[in-house]
Amino acid sequence: MDLSILWYLIPSVLMFACGVYGFITRKNMIAMLISIELILNSSDLNFVIFNRYLFPGSMEGMVFTLFAVAIAAAETAVAIAIIINIFRKIGNTDISEAKKMKY
Amino acid sequence: MDYSQFGAMVPELIILGIFLVIFLFDTFGGDSCKKLLSPLTVVLFTLATVAIWVVPSCNEMVFGGMYVNSTACNAIKCILNVGVLVVLLQSMKWADSDEGFIRKGEFYELLMVTLFGMYLMISSRHFLLFIIGLESASLPMAALIAYNKKRHESAEAAVKYILTAVFSSGILLMGLSFVYAFSGGSLYFSDIAASVNTYVAGTEGATQFNGLLVVALAFVIAGLGFKLSLVPFHLWTADVYQGAPTAITSYLSVVSKGAAAFAFFVIFVQCFGAAYPEAWEWMMYGLIILTITVGNLFAIRQKNMKRFMAFSSISQAGYLMLGVMAADSLGLASMLFYIFVYVVSNLGAFGVISSIENKTGKVGMDDYNGLQKTNPWLAFIMTLAMFSLAGIPPFAGFFSKFLIFTSVTGTGSVALYILVLVALINTIVSLYYYLLVVKAMWISPEEPVIERYQSALSERAALWLCTAGIVFFGLVPYIYQYCVNAVGDADGFLAQFMRLPLN
Repeated sequence: MDLSILWYLIPSVLMFACGVYGFITRKNMIAMLISIELILNSSDLNFVIFNRYLFPGSMEGMVFTLFAVAIAAAETAVAIAIIINIFRKIGNTDISEAKKMKY
Repeated sequence: MDYSQFGAMVPELIILGIFLVIFLFDTFGGDSCKKLLSPLTVVLFTLATVAIWVVPSCNEMVFGGMYVNSTACNAIKCILNVGVLVVLLQSMKWADSDEGFIRKGEFYELLMVTLFGMYLMISSRHFLLFIIGLESASLPMAALIAYNKKRHESAEAAVKYILTAVFSSGILLMGLSFVYAFSGGSLYFSDIAASVNTYVAGTEGATQFNGLLVVALAFVIAGLGFKLSLVPFHLWTADVYQGAPTAITSYLSVVSKGAAAFAFFVIFVQCFGAAYPEAWEWMMYGLIILTITVGNLFAIRQKNMKRFMAFSSISQAGYLMLGVMAADSLGLASMLFYIFVYVVSNLGAFGVISSIENKTGKVGMDDYNGLQKTNPWLAFIMTLAMFSLAGIPPFAGFFSKFLIFTSVTGTGSVALYILVLVALINTIVSLYYYLLVVKAMWISPEEPVIERYQSALSERAALWLCTAGIVFFGLVPYIYQYCVNAVGDADGFLAQFMRLPLN
């Protein structure tokens, strides 16, 4: 059974929208990081879908996805380290507490 | 595999070599060697700058066309190298202070890795290599911003930077996935350009894919706009600039911005150049007006020098983007020149700020009241830098603004003339807030806050370099000729996509 490309693209775009919404509304830094992961994963998914459906002969999208996943992991590692660092300063991971510099 | 291809990557290999030397020296050198680390880095980096300048760039595409070190790429690398050298000189005293000394090696290592990432961004002609370069430039940068573990501001700035940087990478990747969809299964800049060309030319599928092209462009502009701090995406800039250690702020404001601006030009002119009037001219038009205006208006009300420089650098990024609007070789040449002048002017201002901060810990604009009575030379150099940033005639900043305006109006379209008019009016606004600093230093009747002191030798060397640049870059035609030659000299891969040939 062959599903149309739309059945894959719609979840991916939904995931992206959820990520953007979560990034804007969440106040917890870890939750913001999870939202960003949703965005990164939705774009990875997009690459794989386009590769599979539009260009089944080549592997470029898949390879790009592999690299993007590795880069996302590195980004998360650095972000977690920095969040731990600020956790030691303000005692929690609430982004609205990080307001020493404004305007 | 043909390893001789690495021979084309001379600048990257040199930077990696310096990184390895510093790393080994730092790890196995012991405590007594730590004092030698800063001079060693400066000497090695000076040699590297000269080497990159002297070694002829190889215009050949290597790694299947993923990488090219054309003369234009080599020129921007030299310009960035000058900026990094000045930053290294400025930060020597800070790196030896208590704040920097504990992990001094890491400071230099991370600096070299970010520079390596920027080199890759500049030279890549494939989006995979570009993303890798972008990330290896921005992740160590986050670590650098968080460098001072004891200060709350540093940690806060790092959180704000890393969250926005990763978010913007996510947006950029999303845009690239759409680009991939219409590019015919390839992420090479040249292949993307070819497919954009066919869609715009109106062959089959033109109407079908135009929406996708516009959406993809909007995402890519947003993702790269974060790195350049163009206006709707600028909110991280002021906080990060204020919170980061001053050496990092000056690095972030000139070197990182220069590299991103060049990469922006290459991507938009080479990949999407054919879609210029249809898709991204009006997007960039709005962005530039917003960036220049909002950056200027917010700069007026700042009382902290580092925040003030942040908003000033936002509006300067808008002026840089005028080169992208021109989208031809004159635009690229004047953009290179603008980056070079911006490097010396901004680093001149940051040199004074960081010298005063190292000595007294003061960064407020009120602290500069009456500076000329106690430290006339610092006040003098700050004044020169402010005049140059504002674009007052005998200094380099005037010539860079003049050239970049000329390149935009070269196409003769009325809309672009209006854009230049808006930019010109904004120059007057910027003159007001740049002169606020000058007024505080020279005219303000209040008693000076900062006592008389002697800056360190390295800081003075950096300031003299910047002063020489500010005074002579506009008057010595060699610099502009260098930029024009670098762009004109057989950068064929880029030149064929330019709208106007250089004559």
